[in-house]
Amino acid sequence: MRDFPEWIRIPVADWVDTGMYWILANLGGVFDWIGSIGLQVLLVVERALVFVPWWVAIIAIGLLARRAIGSTRAAAAIAVMLFLVGAFGYWAEAMNTLSVVIVSVAFSVALGIPLGILMAWSNPVRNIVTPVLDAMQTMPSFVYLIPALMLFGLGRVPATFATIVYAIPPVIRLTNVGIREVSPAVIEASKAFGADRWNLLFDVQLPLARPSILVGINQTTMMALAMVVIGSMIGNRGLGMEVLLAINRVNIGQGFEAGISIVFLAIIIDRITNAFAKAKTVEVAMGEGDDEEEHEEASGAAARHG
Amino acid sequence: MSDSNTDKVESGPESEDACSPQVMVQAEGVWKVFGRNPERILTPRYRDVPKKDLQRRTGCVIALRDVSFAVKSGELFVIMGLSGSGKSTMIRTLLRLVEPTAGALRVADKDVVAMDHEELIQFRRDKVSMVFQNYGLLPHYTVLENAAYGLKLRGNHKEEREARAIEALKTVGLAGWENYYPASLSGGMQQRVGLARALAKDPAILLMDEPFSGLDPLIRRQMQDELVDLQAELGKTIVFVTHDLHEALKLGDRIAIMRDGRVVQVADPEEILNNPHDEYVKAFTRDASPARVFTAATVMEDPEILLYRRQGPLTARTMMEHQRCEWSFVVDRKKRYLGVATRDVIERLAKEKKHILNEEDLLYVQPVPPDTVIEDLFGQVSSGSYHVPVTDEHGRLLGVVRPRAILNALSTEDADA
Ligand SMILES: Nc1ncnc2c1ncn2[C@@H]1O[C@H](COP(=O)(O)OP(=O)(O)OP(=O)(O)O)[C@@H](O)[C@H]1O
Ligand SMILES: [Mg+2]
Repeated sequence: MRDFPEWIRIPVADWVDTGMYWILANLGGVFDWIGSIGLQVLLVVERALVFVPWWVAIIAIGLLARRAIGSTRAAAAIAVMLFLVGAFGYWAEAMNTLSVVIVSVAFSVALGIPLGILMAWSNPVRNIVTPVLDAMQTMPSFVYLIPALMLFGLGRVPATFATIVYAIPPVIRLTNVGIREVSPAVIEASKAFGADRWNLLFDVQLPLARPSILVGINQTTMMALAMVVIGSMIGNRGLGMEVLLAINRVNIGQGFEAGISIVFLAIIIDRITNAFAKAKTVEVAMGEGDDEEEHEEASGAAARHG
Repeated sequence: MSDSNTDKVESGPESEDACSPQVMVQAEGVWKVFGRNPERILTPRYRDVPKKDLQRRTGCVIALRDVSFAVKSGELFVIMGLSGSGKSTMIRTLLRLVEPTAGALRVADKDVVAMDHEELIQFRRDKVSMVFQNYGLLPHYTVLENAAYGLKLRGNHKEEREARAIEALKTVGLAGWENYYPASLSGGMQQRVGLARALAKDPAILLMDEPFSGLDPLIRRQMQDELVDLQAELGKTIVFVTHDLHEALKLGDRIAIMRDGRVVQVADPEEILNNPHDEYVKAFTRDASPARVFTAATVMEDPEILLYRRQGPLTARTMMEHQRCEWSFVVDRKKRYLGVATRDVIERLAKEKKHILNEEDLLYVQPVPPDTVIEDLFGQVSSGSYHVPVTDEHGRLLGVVRPRAILNALSTEDADA
């Protein structure tokens, strides 16, 4: 009596399998097509990254960091980190990882911001999307690898797909939060002067939600980096693959080098995108006293959701 | 029902017959109920249930209950009431920022209720501007961009809208602040930006929801004075919401007093004070110091005796003896005020065999305009030996203010309170 009765069995796994096979059988062509386009995009980005001589890349990133963060020391530290990644022998792998991150984030933003806007506009949409996002974020990230594998096979395309699915929630959420937190007084005044939905969106909501959205993009980027590493389990090369190989060979030294490279990459990306988010915030805060507060709230919300 | 009317408006409401002052804003039997199934509140079962009971029984909040009023062209119409009485809801309903549950609304000769979404947006862009208590400025726009925003939405070109915005900013005294962001401005200045944004559109109608409530008293008085000046110059139709009686009395051509969603009285300021419609209005007016409310026009009386310039000193002496007066005001043929003649002056003129009462022979007591509040008359009344003459803009003598009349006005009001 203590064991759960065996005859009660809801075969969700079967249903999911059936659905998946149905998709494969009927839409396989579509996914092949998407996959080949995705691969082209990824290759173009990676080639572009690899094409740049390493020292040019380091200087460029250093200058970018200096501009974003405004501190020469921080910029120098970032340049040194990038140099060390190369010195560990992982330059090509790092560029591969970076290319997948860039493409995933670009897709996430292109998809996530409109979805966030829809969520902010409509309570029903929000009520549907929110639990889905919750589920997506609590789901162990490995689970995304399975459908990615089935749809796109092995390689960087399924890794990118899994990365997008895993990393997209913050940008959706924070777009929604940012728009919903725009002061109703400003919205009402704009409406009173004859702003329609699009005027409101482009003149008022998006500019005022920008700090929040940028925080969302920053979080999405960090999550994408984390997922790319896991994506190496389905054949994505790059830094994650090196870690995986080190585990298989129980090679502590190699694992350490590859792991540190990932950490460096994470720090570099985080500092730069974060600095951009902050810089924009300050700019807007000059325009409104309590905007700083708004940003805090958005970050708070981000922390809650993230 | 609106089609034919809409066409007429397109050709310009000003072209309507100019005999009777045109009604620019009209509300008729407007209801607004917040909550679920608001229509049921209009059925006889709930229609007259008091606001509190209604909320307990149905969960619906009633904000407007059968509100009707009409604002004429060029009028400054004040809506006054305590917090929660429905003022904001009413003024928002005029733009359908709040959808009325029932009733008819005509603004600038358009049927607001009948408009579809597109027409409504066009109407907000063209006809009406609104000023908000919390300013509602766009924080990421400069002062200039804010002032020009209404014109941007209307689709005006950049040069044109900026030129007009600069003009409007000049009108409200903000020239030179164009490139600042609202956050770097004081509250009073931000509200001026709000006003400039409203004026830049050159709207037929201006809606103002407690525009000065957020400001400290000194700035507030200053803004009120400026609005009075501006209104004298521009002659807009203004609907002005306030919870402050002094503000209402100072600004309003007519005042509507709201209570629990109803309009309980619509009248001009004097009437409101002299004839409060019910206890509620009376309670409202109680805190209005009568000294700041009553004007010279309210308390002035006819002079006991009045001398004309052409009357010689002998006639004057006879009349003064007859009335037992020691002095008299003197006016000319058109009743324009000239000065005061005392018995001494008359005697001297009689000796000099003058035939008329010449201005230069008279004493001059400073006259006041009829809208002077009696608080400002205290000094003159108490220090001078003569009554205070009240004259109109042509210098004609309208009446005199006696100390006793002022005391009466103050004491009756106290007795009521
Ligand atoms: N969106 C809303 N939902 C529900 N009830 C509302 C809403 N807006 C206003 N009310 C209610 O309608 C009534 C009238 O509100 P309104 O804001 O018009 O009052 P007011 O006279 O402008 O007050 P105040 O002087 O405080 O601004 C109040 O009881 C308020 O609670
Ligand atoms: Mg209000």
